[in-house]
Amino acid sequence: MPILRREDVAHVAKLARLTMSESELDMFTKQLSQVLEHANDMNALDLEGVIATAHPFGLINVVREDELRPCLDHDAVMAMAPDAEDGRFAVPRILGEAP
Amino acid sequence: MRTVRQISLDVQSGESSALSVVEESLAQIRARNDELNVFLYVDEEGARTAANAIDERIARGEKVGMLAGVPFALKDNLCQTGIPTTCSSKILEGWRPPYNATVVDRLVEAGAIPVGKTNLDEFAMGSSTENSAFGPTRNPLDTSRVPGGSSGGSAAAVAADMTPLALGSDTGGSIRQPAALCGLVGVKPSYGLVSRYGLIAFASSLDQIGPLTKTVTDAAMALEAIAGHDLMDSTSLPEPAPSLVAHVEDGVAGKRIGVVRELIDGADAEVVASVDRAVEALKEAGATVVELSVPEFRLGLSAYYLIAPAEASSNLARFDGVRYGLRVDGDDVTAMMEATRTAGFGEEVKRRIMLGTYALSAGYYDAYYGQALKVRTLTINAFRRAYEEADLLLGATTPSVAFEFGSKTADPMAMYLSDVFTIPSNLSGEPAISVPFGAGEAGLPIGVQLLGPGRSEGQLFAGARVLEIADGRP
Repeated sequence: MPILRREDVAHVAKLARLTMSESELDMFTKQLSQVLEHANDMNALDLEGVIATAHPFGLINVVREDELRPCLDHDAVMAMAPDAEDGRFAVPRILGEAP
Repeated sequence: MRTVRQISLDVQSGESSALSVVEESLAQIRARNDELNVFLYVDEEGARTAANAIDERIARGEKVGMLAGVPFALKDNLCQTGIPTTCSSKILEGWRPPYNATVVDRLVEAGAIPVGKTNLDEFAMGSSTENSAFGPTRNPLDTSRVPGGSSGGSAAAVAADMTPLALGSDTGGSIRQPAALCGLVGVKPSYGLVSRYGLIAFASSLDQIGPLTKTVTDAAMALEAIAGHDLMDSTSLPEPAPSLVAHVEDGVAGKRIGVVRELIDGADAEVVASVDRAVEALKEAGATVVELSVPEFRLGLSAYYLIAPAEASSNLARFDGVRYGLRVDGDDVTAMMEATRTAGFGEEVKRRIMLGTYALSAGYYDAYYGQALKVRTLTINAFRRAYEEADLLLGATTPSVAFEFGSKTADPMAMYLSDVFTIPSNLSGEPAISVPFGAGEAGLPIGVQLLGPGRSEGQLFAGARVLEIADGRP
């Protein structure tokens, strides 16, 4: 099993869109290492040929008739948005200034 | 407070009005909520309106459902239209869902009355309700101790006689563990028996909604009302709700009960003693008992603490300040999202998101997440082998009685280990029930757990009922 380093934790925080203080990075490196260490007992197992389970009862490809059904009210959904404009979610700038 | 069954009989016969039952419930909430911190929101007006509607229908001679006039509490990760729903997280503060969870629709259809939303560990991540952004809930039986978690508020609501019924969600034991610690019956149904539509997802392949009540019959009544296929949840089992109440008094004569060593080892002596006495009670009721060892259950904890955080990290990606809840401003959209998530999520939620993101990240996916999903298969196969030798399995629900505040918060791994007996059923998707049986230190309740194969809820209720009677609650 790979060993979790502080820079790995910093990288993961970035992927997860979380800002970490220096002390949080130290704490998480220590605590996540403990959990991963506990998970190492799985590595001793021979899992060759074992199929991974996602749904316990094996339901796959659930489809329904393609019929119109009511859905959530647009205004009721938009009313809960932190910021909206013309019936759409508004967010800060995504692209940079035009050159 | 009367039981679910008694209230529904009294209301349907006209012995009590639904309004008087609701007033009793609201009065008890007012009396004890400040001390216990059970409810995050109480909808007094909505509850009275719903009660009046039930009373009017009864006055007109209309047929009402089997839960007529029964007040119930909802764990605050279940959506109810227009009622604040927080998951005990700052990131959802102020959000009011525009829709009902299917379980809310079904309970209301059966005549039950929602009175409010209960505290939980943030996003259902925890075993003590100490991880709530709105402060911990206290165990009504001993306020220096935790009520368990993550459905700790729901358990406390029933234990403190605020409502006779509460719904919780169980991803790794979050219904059964608080039920055990508060002296209640708690059921984790078969995966897919109850629709998850409107349950804010933690780990979608493990989450299941179920009831917490004082009696086995009450739990069967509630589960029967909320079960059954739902088009809004594609993982729900494509079959109607089974009849459950009808099986409560079936007994266990001729049944084979497997006592599983791995569901007892490591528990306190007083908990082991309760399981031993439960074995005797089941034998006296005509069951045969075999001792089993299922070593794969030990591996379940490792698999669970990779699978659940992996799914959580993906599910909680939606909380980014765009569509609902908190937004903290930033110069660009990424900065806004980072600022929002950093301010909105508590420490335990961040820990699980980090763990899950790592387990799913490039280079580690096979070593962790892929491996865990295979161990999940091993757990399922191990259950299957056990059910060749036994109809139901028996063990402890928790290693100890309710613990004191702060005793496990410094060490996440110690907290995670307290779920070791409940996790296997979530991995296999099979049902399990915790029922109070005996008492330990300072008279605090002990829960024993019955586990069964998929769709065996009827048998589990029958077994739990035998234990309930043997424990002196006829």
